[in-house]
Order: sequence, then structure tokens, then C-alpha cells
Amino acid sequence: MKAAAQIALNSSSGRGVTYADARAVAIRNRSLTTKNGLVGHASESESLGIGVRVIADGAWGFAASSDLSGASVEAVAARAVEIARASARVKREDVRLAPEPAAVAEWATPYKIDPFTTSVEQNLGLLMQVDAEMRAVGGVTLAETGMNFQREESWFLSSEGADIHQTKYSTGAGYTAYAFAGSEIQKRSYPNSFGGQWQNRGYEQIEEMKLVENARRVGEEAVALHRAPQCPEGTSTIILDGSQLGLQIHESVGHPIELDRVLGMEANFAGTSFLTLEKLGHLRYGSDLVNVVADARQQHGPGLGTFAYDDEGVAAQATPIITHGLFTGYLSSRETAHTIGAERSGGTLRAEGWNRLPMIRMTNVSILPGEHPLSLEQLIASTDDGIYMETNKSWSIDDKRYNFQFGCEIAWEIKKGKRVRMLKNPSYSGITTEFWNSMDAICSREEWVLWGTPNCGKGQPQQVVGTGHGASPARFRNIRVGTAYRGS
Amino acid sequence: MLTKEQAGDFFDRIRRFSSAEEVEAIFTSSRFALTRFANNTIHQNVEEENSVVSIRTNFGGRTARAATNQFDDASLRRAVAASERLAQVQAPDVDLLPMPTAEEANAGEDPAEGVRASRFFDETARISAAERAEAVRGMVAVADRQKLTTAGIYSNSESREGIFNSRGLAKWHRQTLAEVSVTMLAENSSGWRKLNSPDVSNLDAMGLAEIAAQKAVDSAHPREIAPGKYTVILEPSAVLDIVGFMFWDYSGVAILDQRSFLNDRIGTQLFGDNINISDDVAHPLQAGSPFDGEGMRRQRVRLVEKGVVKRVVYARATARRMKNSEYAAKVGPIEATGHGFPLPNEVGEMPMNLVFTEADRPKRAPEKTVQEMIASTERGVLVTRLWYIREVDAYEKIVTGMTRDGTFLVENGKVRCGLRNFRFNQSLIAMLSNVEAMSAPVRACGEESFDMVVPAMKVREFNFTEVTRF
Repeated sequence: MKAAAQIALNSSSGRGVTYADARAVAIRNRSLTTKNGLVGHASESESLGIGVRVIADGAWGFAASSDLSGASVEAVAARAVEIARASARVKREDVRLAPEPAAVAEWATPYKIDPFTTSVEQNLGLLMQVDAEMRAVGGVTLAETGMNFQREESWFLSSEGADIHQTKYSTGAGYTAYAFAGSEIQKRSYPNSFGGQWQNRGYEQIEEMKLVENARRVGEEAVALHRAPQCPEGTSTIILDGSQLGLQIHESVGHPIELDRVLGMEANFAGTSFLTLEKLGHLRYGSDLVNVVADARQQHGPGLGTFAYDDEGVAAQATPIITHGLFTGYLSSRETAHTIGAERSGGTLRAEGWNRLPMIRMTNVSILPGEHPLSLEQLIASTDDGIYMETNKSWSIDDKRYNFQFGCEIAWEIKKGKRVRMLKNPSYSGITTEFWNSMDAICSREEWVLWGTPNCGKGQPQQVVGTGHGASPARFRNIRVGTAYRGS
Repeated sequence: MLTKEQAGDFFDRIRRFSSAEEVEAIFTSSRFALTRFANNTIHQNVEEENSVVSIRTNFGGRTARAATNQFDDASLRRAVAASERLAQVQAPDVDLLPMPTAEEANAGEDPAEGVRASRFFDETARISAAERAEAVRGMVAVADRQKLTTAGIYSNSESREGIFNSRGLAKWHRQTLAEVSVTMLAENSSGWRKLNSPDVSNLDAMGLAEIAAQKAVDSAHPREIAPGKYTVILEPSAVLDIVGFMFWDYSGVAILDQRSFLNDRIGTQLFGDNINISDDVAHPLQAGSPFDGEGMRRQRVRLVEKGVVKRVVYARATARRMKNSEYAAKVGPIEATGHGFPLPNEVGEMPMNLVFTEADRPKRAPEKTVQEMIASTERGVLVTRLWYIREVDAYEKIVTGMTRDGTFLVENGKVRCGLRNFRFNQSLIAMLSNVEAMSAPVRACGEESFDMVVPAMKVREFNFTEVTRF
């Protein structure tokens, strides 16, 4: 694979390019699901190929192929140059890359158990145990479970001398119990909805998730939701669990800080951002308690946005995004760094695979935990009147990332510091900066979890990558709740 | 790219490498190119070529799949072994059927001839990077003339897909697609247009750019009006993006799983009597393959007639399960319709060639153009597109989302001004019960749902719940 990357680089360098890089990538995947006691889906896949990115005549070109023969790789390099010259027909200025030392490095995700060494019987056996626990609850009409492993090995070579070999593992699992009765479908998921919890780890991730231990409770809650009253509409104090807060960060902090969005490069699809350049260092994004970082380094944790080098060879970094409520940083790349006066890229360029152009993606965009000890139960106990919401059910935000609405699977009404009753169909909505400025408490480190979002889509053609979001439960004041069902 | 003959040779090797009772291979092979522009310059420009074989083995009710994009013997052997290993550890599934023979797969009306004639165009496959750049230059010129900033894409692709199985089935399909999507941005407004077609001669990039630019100009300095229930005129892209959220439920498996909003509702008057929906792969404005994930011929299916949901679609095994289920008497005709996904899967099937038909439209609601809908509206909102749509309530089919890139106030039969964008929370059942007028259906594309043949719609009491800041 590395030889193919070298052929691509050699081939492009003879064609008058001012910059070239080649990424040869091998991806292996295992995907298992069950449904109501049967295997739903069982598959493995491997995908190998090479992507070549060049600058010629001051413009970008990219070509990729799964054919790794020497002749094909040379043709791919030639095609990338031809495409770059076509790009140059419609340009305003030449592409500028922030300088970056050429790294020569090897790195691999630390793991205890290579997930691909575990047997399919073992994997399915665990999922079937979970399935049986959920379906042991009367009223559960559908039980779904899933488990996924991925191994991605890449070789990155650049015309500047970078030579980086990385191997990344990601592991995820989760399940959902559905209960259909009357005119309602209710559901509960664990540890998170829409694919469960994912991290860049080995099979030890699965073993530590307490999947079986929580399955019956999840089934019981799905059924109990049918007896719960509707979440009221109005204004309320809300407490969000860490997984929901992780998605809130993803949508209302992570995306708007992507510098390519800010600069209009995503205007046709994902949208732009309210965080225009003059707001850097000036905007009061949140309350004093809000501290958010974008941290791709291993010491932040095994998030889906953890790596040693990004896909243009820039070392992993930690960027302060919101510092005591003040907006302090964007996610940047070598091409965009100069627009914010940065001398170096923030190291956030990633691609879905060998066949996609790397672009600015969230790394691990995390809210830091509170400095003073505060558990979720203590936070609830300190809340006189409010609603505690858990596990995302729906999410939507406008194309500049101002107005959002989230629905959760379940909620509990809080009165005088106690959960007094379950509520169904909870939702809340607001404007991003107003919301973050209303945060008046966040739980401390022991409640903090580095959640994984495996399905973040962006770009044309669309690329789906995983992002990490550390969060602990937090409280927000004067939030609109129940709007999702207003007028329906 | 793979040819059918090459795929057949690979399949012969795969069969030799496998000890399974049955073997199936699905081949996909594509060349895809996309030129992307923003800030009136080409900033991304890509091309990729990839071929994949996905191998399914079957051992007496136990089946699994493995895929590779490498075609040397070692890679094929590895994929076969992975598929067999995954299959053999499972408990048998009594509902799993033997793979279909060619005769079984070809039952029903043959849409293939029409599909072949309308899906592959050399002119589309041959578009070069230089030609895409010239088209982009033209769209940028439209923006420059109006002092706007533009962003968008121009893409073209050629793809081939085939399915072979050890019971003699061998099917092959090839198609092309060209697509233009263009956004025009002004200081405080924007406009958008998107279209695709297998035949590039159906795409007028400059014309799309002109419409998007006019929307940006016309919606400048948007006013804010209070959220509430409004009469809306949804352009076709807005219609397809929102209605697309209900079609996962038109599936036998969704009924059996009790996750469909059609549970206990098939045969009832769910929508207005002016709603007729079919799934028709052979429709001249549709695209896609004429066979499903098992190689079964895709049938034309009338899903909704005069507002009554008549039936859902079925893969082979789902049809058998449904016939033996407690729902059999309540779900209309039950037969394999050629809408299954590759096995094994947990979602079964789905209609993906949807056509909002003109047939049986009551005479009292003749076709109207968007301009005629505007002219007949005392006060309402004209919506170009919808964005970030997600399901809020699975059974009432409430979805939320935002308007985007051209939202206008209509008063006294005229477009008055641009509006700040709304958030909606809208039941699709209520929406399709409140359609006052429809245009002729057109091939439409958006970003939230797959392409469909849909009309523009005038809908009363559309539920806007909030307004954003722009």
C-alpha cells in the first residue's frame, strides 16, 4: 500500500504540481445486528484504495481508485493533475497552505483486545442475550441490537516529505426497545440512540458497556412511557444527560466552528455559520461555566475524533473553542488557517476513506466538566422545578446553526429536588447562544463521558465520519419545552 | 469499470471458492466525478472509480454477506470465507427462502426495456472536468452579473450493477446521472435550485443558476412574521424532502415490526382524496435499477389511491411472513413486489421509485402551476426548500425541520417579500389531508430524501412553530 502511495507521489511530481499528497487506505469492517431474536444483518467488508490530492496552477485536484496496480495509480495521479488544471479555470486566487513540518511517524489506536479476534459467535451471543432481556418485558414489540468494528490503516505521503502510517480502531454497540400500543410508538435506547456508543478502542469497549445489565430497564421504560403524561409546553429549567448534551455540542458548537462553513465553502449543502470571523475573541457564546475544547490528542480520551495526525499530515492538537463563555477558536486546515491569522492548521482535516477528499471535521469537541464535585443526583437535588431529559430521539438545526429543536426519548419532572414522574415525548428548542448562556451548572469529571457520534455527514459527495463529544450532565434555565407537539 | 462478462467470470470463481449450498454476488462498479464551487471559485474537484463485489452464502436458512473491492483470487477467497463463517454460526431462519431462480425473478410485467432506454447516456458519462468547469464558469457569471456569491456542484457519473446467483439468475443494469445544485447568496438572503437526470441534455445549469439568483434577489431583507398555521406553497423539492420521511413505513417488515404509521391504517382514508402515489421504476422520469436486492423484477405498485393507503411493498420472505401473520387480512394484496434490499437485512424493503400520479385526480382539483397557486392565495408562504428534517413522532408522523434558501410572503395573489426562515412541526398525515392544489409532477431532488416524481403543493394550515434569525 505504501508503495502505491509512493508511485502516486512520484507520478504527480513529474507533472508540474506545486504540492501533492497520496493516501493509501485499507478499511475492514464487521457489522452485526439482531431483531426480535433473529440475526438481522451479518456482514464483513474490506475496502482498499488510494486517493491523490494535488495543487496545480494554484488549484486543487483529487482522484481516487480502488485499482492499486502501478499503471492505475499513475493514471490516478495524472487524472488528479488534469482535474486541478480544470479547477484553475474558475479561480480567484491561488490556494495557500499554512506551513507544516513534514512528519515521519507511526501510530496506532491503543487497545486491549483486537475486536476482529473475537468470534462472531461471541458477538452474536452477547447481542442475543440483550435481545432476550428486552423482550422479556411485556409490551416490548420490537427489540433491535447492533455491534460494529472498524479497522482503518492508512499511509500518507506528501511532496513535502511527510510519511505517516496510522492504524485506527473504532468499536460501537447499542440497542433499542420499541413499544407500540394504541396510537403511539415509544422507544428507549442504551447507551445512546442511533447506533449506541462508539469509541476508538478495542473490544474492551463492548465488555465495559454493561449491555446486558441495562437491557431489562430499557425495555421497561419503553413500555412505561405509554402511561406517562405528555411533556408540557412552556418555559422550564432543563437538565440534559451527557449523551444529549454531546449531541447539543455537536450541532450548536461543533458545526458552526468549522472554518470551511464560516467561509462559505459548504453553503450549497451543509450550510454556513453564524460565527462570522469578527466574532472570534469577542462573542459571549455561553455562560462563564461553558468551556469547550476541540482535542484530537490521545490524552483527551479514545474518542472517534482521536488520532495522531490528520489526513493532511498535521499533528493532533487541542484548540480552546469556548473559554469561560468567550468564543476563542475555530476548526481549521492548512488551506484556511490564514483567514483567522493562524500560522498553523488546527489539524482537523479528515476523509471518510481512500476515495474522499479530506475536509474540516470535528475532532473531539467536548465541554469540560465542572471544577467542583457535582453528581447528576446532586444536580437534580439542587433543582427546585424542572425537567430532566435523557437520550436523543430527534434533532434539527437551521443552516446557520441558530435555531435548534431536540426531542428526547424520556424525561422526568423534577419538583423540590426529586424526580416526581416520568414524561413522554419531551422536546426543547432555542437559539444557540441564548441556550449556552443559560447554563448555570455542569456536573464534574466523574459524570463526564466521551460520547461518539458515528454518523456525522458533510460535504459533496457526502462523507460520513465519527466525531467525539465529551460531556457531563448540565442544567439550563428558561428553556422552551414541548414545542415539537405545539399545534399538532 | 466492470463489464457483465467480467462479473460473470468473477462469479464463476466465487462459486468455485465456496462450499455453501447457495451463493449470490452483487457487483457494483462506478465512476463518479464532482466539481464543487463556492465563493465564485472551484474549490474542490474530485473523481473516483471503484468496483465492489458483495458475496452472500446460504447454508440451510443461515445466510450472511461479505464484500471486497479487490478481485484477485486471494481477496475473493477471503470474502467467501468471511461470508461463510458469518453464516454458519447462526441459528437457521425459518423464513429465509432459497435464492430466486431466473424464472421466479422475472415474474410480472417487464419494465426493463423502458428502463434501459431511459437510464444510460454516453453524453452524460463522457462529461470531462474541463466541461464541468466551463458550466461552473457560466453559473459564476450569473452570480457576478447580479453581484451575488454562488456555491454548488456539477457532477456526473456512470454506474453498473449486477446480481448473479447459483440458481442461474444473472442480471445487469447500467445508468448515468448528471446533477447540478446551485445556491446564490446575497447579503441577507439566498436562493437555491437543484436538478438531476440520467441525460445531461435535460439539465440547464445556467437556467438553474438564474432561478436561484432571482430567488436570492427577491428574498433580500427578509421580514419576520409570527409563527403559526399558514397556507404554504411547497415547490417540488420541498415536497419530496418532507414526504420522503414516510416511505420507510410502506414496507411489509415495518408493519410486522409494528414500527409503521400504517399499522391499523391500511384501507382507511388517511389522506385527502386528491392523493395518489405509486412506485414505478419504469416511469420515464424515474431512475434506478429494474431489479431489487435479490434480483427480483421491480413491479409497479399503487400504494395510495384517492387518499386511501391500499397496500405496501414486499421482499419475497416478507410476503410469506405476512401471509402467515395476524395482519394478513388487514393489509391489502400480499405478494413479492421486487422492493427488497440485499439479504440479510433487518428493514426488508421500501418503495424507492415514487411517483405522485396524476391519474384519478378529481376534476374539481385540476393541475395548477406554482404561479397559479400564488395567484389564488390571499395570505401564505412560498417555500423553496426544506432542511434538516427529522421525525418527532413515529405514529402521527410529525416531522420537524427548517425552511431555507428562499422563503416568501404571499399576499393577495402576489409574492410580497422574503421572510425569515421558519421551523415547522408538521404531521404528514395532516399535510396530505390539506392539499388544496398540485402542479404536474416533475422529477425533483433535494437533500433529505431520494429523488421522486412529485408535484408542487398548496397546503393549508401548515404548522410553523418558530422563526430563526435570518
